[in-house]
Amino acid sequence: MAIIKVIKYPDDRLKVVSIPVKRIDQNILSFIKDLENTMRAEPGGIGIAAPQVGNTIRVVIIDVSSKPNIKHNGRLVLINPEIEKWDGYAVGREGCMSVPDYTGNVIRAEKINLSAMDETGQVRSYEMVGYEARVAQHEIDHLDGLLFLDRLVSRRNDLFRRKVYQPSSTDNR
Amino acid sequence: MIKWYMITLVGGDKPGIVAKVTTALYQAGCNLGETTMLRLGGNFTIMLMASFIGAEETLERVIEPVAEELQLRCHVDYIEGKLHDHVEPNVRITIFGSDKAGIVASVTSSLADAGLNISQLDSDVAGSEESPIYIMNIEGVAENGIDSLEQALESISAEGVEINIEPIDTFIG
Repeated sequence: MAIIKVIKYPDDRLKVVSIPVKRIDQNILSFIKDLENTMRAEPGGIGIAAPQVGNTIRVVIIDVSSKPNIKHNGRLVLINPEIEKWDGYAVGREGCMSVPDYTGNVIRAEKINLSAMDETGQVRSYEMVGYEARVAQHEIDHLDGLLFLDRLVSRRNDLFRRKVYQPSSTDNR
Repeated sequence: MIKWYMITLVGGDKPGIVAKVTTALYQAGCNLGETTMLRLGGNFTIMLMASFIGAEETLERVIEPVAEELQLRCHVDYIEGKLHDHVEPNVRITIFGSDKAGIVASVTSSLADAGLNISQLDSDVAGSEESPIYIMNIEGVAENGIDSLEQALESISAEGVEINIEPIDTFIG
């Protein structure tokens, strides 16, 4: 169980398009474990992408289950994730472990559908809304060499209302 | 020793102000910290943190010729400058309605009493001369939670001013 050093902008590896994972072997599984430990070691760590620790492969981990009263899919390891559908948009505030001491407003889709392999190699589909969708889009951007800084919108003229999806009691899994 | 100064410049807007001011500062050995530069009612306004090795008077002599050329009024203050000390806001309040004298004073007084520490406020007058609309966008830290802000603004809201209060859910991904 190791914690890996998070690389910081302007490290070039954050601007690289990461390569798909071809085979899920013991090395990958061990890396995923370390990546998750690294995410959980950060205060409020709810998402991380492999390139943030300098490994430019298409692996993302997200877990927003600690946030109360939101819809979510629990702890997710997303290998080679593909967003297949986007719906709506909302402005929200984001920061990044790889860009310390700055947060900014970013427009993201409010609802997404994505597919990804899990740790067993099975391809799964997920529907995500609101906060979880936002985190997933932020992390998947890392796989394409994009930071939230690439998507900043003005703080001053931001009068968009954030849409809030009201979760039902059965939504949390 | 490096010292921080706050330089304030105000004057009629014209092309090239930012370029000329920042070039003069750069050539004099200044480094810029946090800045805000924007057009307010046909004026261009600049507030910028500049680090400089010399005394206040020396910096004034650097900026004065440019300010004179651009017909800007200029003010230089020595400050206790701090970078990497951002305060993360947890609430955004947008307010709009018919322009009314005293709206900023009454809103901000109510919010201060309810525990809001404002980190940023900007406001604008839109609409037409006959029927102006006042729009205000506030971000800050709600020390006593958002509910107390809502209660504080209830009476102002009853006067026909539209008020939206929403949490800023910043995530670090």
